[in-house]
Amino acid sequence: MVNVAVSIIFDGLAYAMILFIVSVGLSVTMGLMGLINLAHGAFAMAGGYVTVKLMNVFGVPFPLALACAFVLVAVVSIAFERLLYARLYGADELDQVLLTIGLVFMAIASFTFFFGPQPQPIDIPSYLTGQVDLGFRSFPTYRVFMIVTGFALMALLWLGFERTRIGAQIRAAVDNRRMAQSVGIDVDRLFIVTFAVGSGLAALGGGLSVELVGMDPTYAIKYLVFFLIVVAVGGMGSIRGAFIAALVLGITDNAGKYLWPEGGSFFIYALTVIILLARPAGLYGKRE
Amino acid sequence: MRLMKTVLCLTALLLLPGLAQAKTVKVGVVLTYSGGAAQFGEQIERGMMLYMQQHEKDLGGHKIELIKRDSKRPGGDIAKNAVQELITREKVDILTGFVFSPNAMASAPLATQGKVPMIIMNAGTAWIPSLSPYIARVSFTMWQSGYLMGTYAAKTLGYKTAAMGYTDYPPGKDSVNSFKMGFEAAGGKVVDSIPMGGPREVPDFTPFFQRVKDAKPDAFYVFVPAGNHAAAVVKTYNDLGMKQAGVTLIGPGDITQDTQLQGMGDGAVGLVTMHHYSADSERPENKAFVAAWKKAYGDDTTPDFMGVQGYDGMAAIFHVIKTLDGNIDAEKAMAALKGWKFNSPRGPIMIDPDTRDIVQDEYVHEVVKEGGRLKNKEIGKVDQVKDPCKELKVGKCGE
Repeated sequence: MVNVAVSIIFDGLAYAMILFIVSVGLSVTMGLMGLINLAHGAFAMAGGYVTVKLMNVFGVPFPLALACAFVLVAVVSIAFERLLYARLYGADELDQVLLTIGLVFMAIASFTFFFGPQPQPIDIPSYLTGQVDLGFRSFPTYRVFMIVTGFALMALLWLGFERTRIGAQIRAAVDNRRMAQSVGIDVDRLFIVTFAVGSGLAALGGGLSVELVGMDPTYAIKYLVFFLIVVAVGGMGSIRGAFIAALVLGITDNAGKYLWPEGGSFFIYALTVIILLARPAGLYGKRE
Repeated sequence: MRLMKTVLCLTALLLLPGLAQAKTVKVGVVLTYSGGAAQFGEQIERGMMLYMQQHEKDLGGHKIELIKRDSKRPGGDIAKNAVQELITREKVDILTGFVFSPNAMASAPLATQGKVPMIIMNAGTAWIPSLSPYIARVSFTMWQSGYLMGTYAAKTLGYKTAAMGYTDYPPGKDSVNSFKMGFEAAGGKVVDSIPMGGPREVPDFTPFFQRVKDAKPDAFYVFVPAGNHAAAVVKTYNDLGMKQAGVTLIGPGDITQDTQLQGMGDGAVGLVTMHHYSADSERPENKAFVAAWKKAYGDDTTPDFMGVQGYDGMAAIFHVIKTLDGNIDAEKAMAALKGWKFNSPRGPIMIDPDTRDIVQDEYVHEVVKEGGRLKNKEIGKVDQVKDPCKELKVGKCGE
């Protein structure tokens, strides 16, 4: 019984970390600018492809490839933000949704054109494969690595958000953009930074998830629902919310599949509905 | 003299139609050409084209025109539309292809209404040929591998308990049902049966596999569609250390598909599967087939069971065209297919005259590493297996 619980929580945690790393940027940018960026998953996918291609074509080591994915996608995303997204701040939601879902389909088509429809193989370094024995039982190494990475990132983001000047500015802008602007915070510039870091994190999440869930051109839309659920359940603009939501959803999804496989992914949706009925703004979202 | 001329003229007239009537037979090909399943379409088509190139001259002047349609995904809807269009607008003489079972099932009624012979090159759900009198299958049925694997696991491998995991669509249920029947008839006990997501997307198999690992059966029988699902299964099996925990992974050969095998790594060593084909088979017919394949498509390619099914399917189409001299009629075509025998690269095959389903040898394969590469080594064989589902009249197969 204890063993079952450990299995469920452990595997759920690893899955939750992917959800968290990819979704946190989406949550903050949505909270900050009210921009519905459905193309966020496409940035995650780009990160996955950069990681895989750097490793397979140029022989770059896995950690370095992940770092490159983060930087490259973050930089490219700034171009997207300036050229496309910036025109839509304050536009109505339908326009934003149409533009960004269009970007998703263009991403899927271009990735299929350049890399083919098949999933990309990844050869993760041997020190991350196999099992680690933690005394009472052994766990798959890669999942342990995912969990450690996820918690480390959470700590880093929390420090950046709560303890730095720019973090304070972001929080202020999420709470009340007009007020933040009127006390002299350059919200536009702030948003570019947040958007780039958010997209970079998505890319990192994409690169990390190749080993666990695979990477093909439909990734951008396949997991979009889950990313949006994390944002909605956690509450827009909240790092803590995204983290808690990812944990709850990752573990519930895993428990459902483990204990009642016939139910499929029913639980994750049921839970979402229940949480949103009780708290329409999400766990940590501010009420309108 | 005059009589002579008349006789000559008459003879010429009689001979003429035979010489001049070279027919073009339209073959509608419904395969997956895009998305994650594109690799299956490519395998089958390469097998078909290889046979056509090798035997084109045997057609006695007749030509084959292939009209290809993309069935994209397993849902059945796109395939059905494609078949409708092939029958009504393109007026095809023969239908072939069909990677996924739901696609074949959705198309079967159209073959009946349009009276078009339908030669199935993959879709393996046992009762598919019962859906239309114009269906013949050259691939396999899930029961051939599943039922036999069940018997083999209990009798030869000596397993007492087994858990089963499957992709939740008709051939998956078929495969585990047949395994269960074979395994329990031979004295084993199935302790768990786990649906593991659908065929369209590869799920994270970890929670399902962890559940089995914690339950500790002797064997874990897994059916998933060949391709990316299969690669993920072996990966998850290794990541969780199930082999070390004493749970052996077994299944139909879909999980050790030749085209995926090298990518699975050493973790695949020791896997035991039941299947009708391996590219590593030592049969001379197979060696010639693999050599021709590599010559046509490159040294780094290999046929897998779908490739050989495409090859054999085209052989069946050739047989029909030759027998009917290019004039395709559904009833006559089916009569020609019933009892058709062919010395395939996989071994001798036959279309059962009663069920229009394939009769073939099944091989027990074990993955071994030889000379730096993984191969499916033949460690056992069952001769000329008819579909056990229809033999035992189980469920829909008995109707």
